[in-house]
Amino acid sequence: MHSGGPGFWRTVITVLHKEVLENVRDRRTILSAFLFVPLLGPLMFAFMTSFVVDRIVGEADERLRLPVVGADYAPNLLAFATENGADVAKLDIAIDAARTLVVTGEEDLILIVPSDIDERLRAGEAASLELIADSSNNKTQRHVRRARALIDAYNDKVGRLRLLARGIDPSVIEPFRLNQIDTATPSGRAVALLGTLTYFLLFSLLMGGLYLAIDVTAGERERGSLESLLALPVQRSALILGKIGATMAFMIASLCITLAVIVITMQFLPLYKLGMSSQFGALTAAKIGAVMLPMALLGASLFFVVGSFTRTYREAQTWIGLVLAIPTLPIAFASMANFRPTNWLMAVPSLSQHLLATNLLRGDAVNPIHVAVSVVSTLLLGAVLLGLATQLYRREKLLG
Amino acid sequence: MIVVERLTKRFDAVQALQDASFVAQDGQITGLLGANGAGKSTTLRIISSVLQADSGRVAIDGEHADPMTARSRLGVLPHASGLYPKLTARENIRYHAVLRGLSADLIEQRIGEWCARLEMAEIIDRRIEGFSHGQKLKVALTRALIHAPRNVILDEPTSGLDIGATRALRDLIRGLRDQGCCVLLSSHIMQEVSALCDDIVIIAHGRVVTSGSPQQILQHTGAADLEEAFMRASREGASHA
Repeated sequence: MHSGGPGFWRTVITVLHKEVLENVRDRRTILSAFLFVPLLGPLMFAFMTSFVVDRIVGEADERLRLPVVGADYAPNLLAFATENGADVAKLDIAIDAARTLVVTGEEDLILIVPSDIDERLRAGEAASLELIADSSNNKTQRHVRRARALIDAYNDKVGRLRLLARGIDPSVIEPFRLNQIDTATPSGRAVALLGTLTYFLLFSLLMGGLYLAIDVTAGERERGSLESLLALPVQRSALILGKIGATMAFMIASLCITLAVIVITMQFLPLYKLGMSSQFGALTAAKIGAVMLPMALLGASLFFVVGSFTRTYREAQTWIGLVLAIPTLPIAFASMANFRPTNWLMAVPSLSQHLLATNLLRGDAVNPIHVAVSVVSTLLLGAVLLGLATQLYRREKLLG
Repeated sequence: MIVVERLTKRFDAVQALQDASFVAQDGQITGLLGANGAGKSTTLRIISSVLQADSGRVAIDGEHADPMTARSRLGVLPHASGLYPKLTARENIRYHAVLRGLSADLIEQRIGEWCARLEMAEIIDRRIEGFSHGQKLKVALTRALIHAPRNVILDEPTSGLDIGATRALRDLIRGLRDQGCCVLLSSHIMQEVSALCDDIVIIAHGRVVTSGSPQQILQHTGAADLEEAFMRASREGASHA
């Protein structure tokens, strides 16, 4: 006669081992947790980063192609344009042909200089230039704006000269002058990008355990294997702990793979152009991973609380999928509100991990008290949810 | 021996059990017979302490034991085989055996014995996905009996089995009885119960309407055969409900 089970911790380990083994054999779970999700984040980050880098860096350096019909009539204007970053291309075609070029998209814009421009300028009259462009085409708007700005600047310059020639201070016609002070720095933009990176880290951590959590809660109920499991002489809390342990193991594995992929991807990104620390090496990755770890307990326990209310795999997929959004809300809020780390904010799980990870990514020093508050508060909330999940699994309705 | 004393259980609006009492003796096969929804599975789940009764209690081997002890004295085969498809037959059995606290040596020895007895040598190291119903039942039975329990509970064990497998299962159940086990099984099939059971407990609308050997039940109800007796007993239960 065997009375009682194998002891609490032996039960936990046995359940953990079995759930991991079973889910390692499930191709969908493995592909999702260890391949798609870890690749998705870094690849999207790489894509967004190179896009932003191209735009920021590209806008400043790129020269504007400015095709001009009748270029010979206004050599001064074109010299001014060339000085200010435009490549003037002389076109020798009729206006109708120019319009066709823009309509077909062969040129983004074409500037038309009338033959009488020089005459009118000398006479101190207004000369009209024409700019052919398609305002419904978003891609070319950037170029059109630059072309307009060039003409405006030249307009301003000639106007001032005219006033000076008549002995009038140009400021007479300009009671106000608006100077915009732009505080956006390359590293400021980088912070917004880093927010997405920590989001992906958190996402891959949670997603890594998602399918396993569903399988060992609603899946086990749906298959009917829960009843014979509960008929064993083992404590339910040990069963739950083993299952949550297995979920955490998958979450941590997924997080580690994601970090490794990021370390590799970072080598190929022109991050220095954004003023970001390009030394995102194994050490930084390990630190970020360590800061994220307590979220595994919180996430897994949260999944189990929700999983205990669901009867079928599908139902669990819906609800746990929704729950996936909860830990990401503080991050979305933080990136809008642009928080700086404080002790109070460190008590908010997921937000604290986001702020700490962002600091680490930037290569800033991290306050040890912040880390302590983050770890303790996250583990505490995780423990509360774990206790709640254990209570919920004592309910009889569980069997359905 | 399993003694069920005045079990009552209510699920929200449904009175699943009302004052249900009966005894399943050692060395006998006791059949719990009733229509679908009569309360058979609820009774078995309360005995295996997966559910708690609102009132009443269950004595196993003469003792009102705590749930842990009760579970360790029982071998339970629930209605669904409840095997893990991604695990092999051996891993499925081993999982429960380890959770029951059996030593690794003993587990392998017993798996070997059951393999020979149920002719499972070919499938024991294959994954459950793709097993036939009969093959699954063999594995689930081995898993439920791996700790050699004195009391065995089987919820509708023969449902979905073909003739050959049913026959093999009946032989196995008789074998357990002959070893002195207390076997309690549920069924909604009259022929099943009359072919196999020494004692019959007829349950209808959550009440035990009659119990005893097939002869005693015929006398009780005054019916010519067991089927008629079952119908009369069920009507009686309905009038109480």
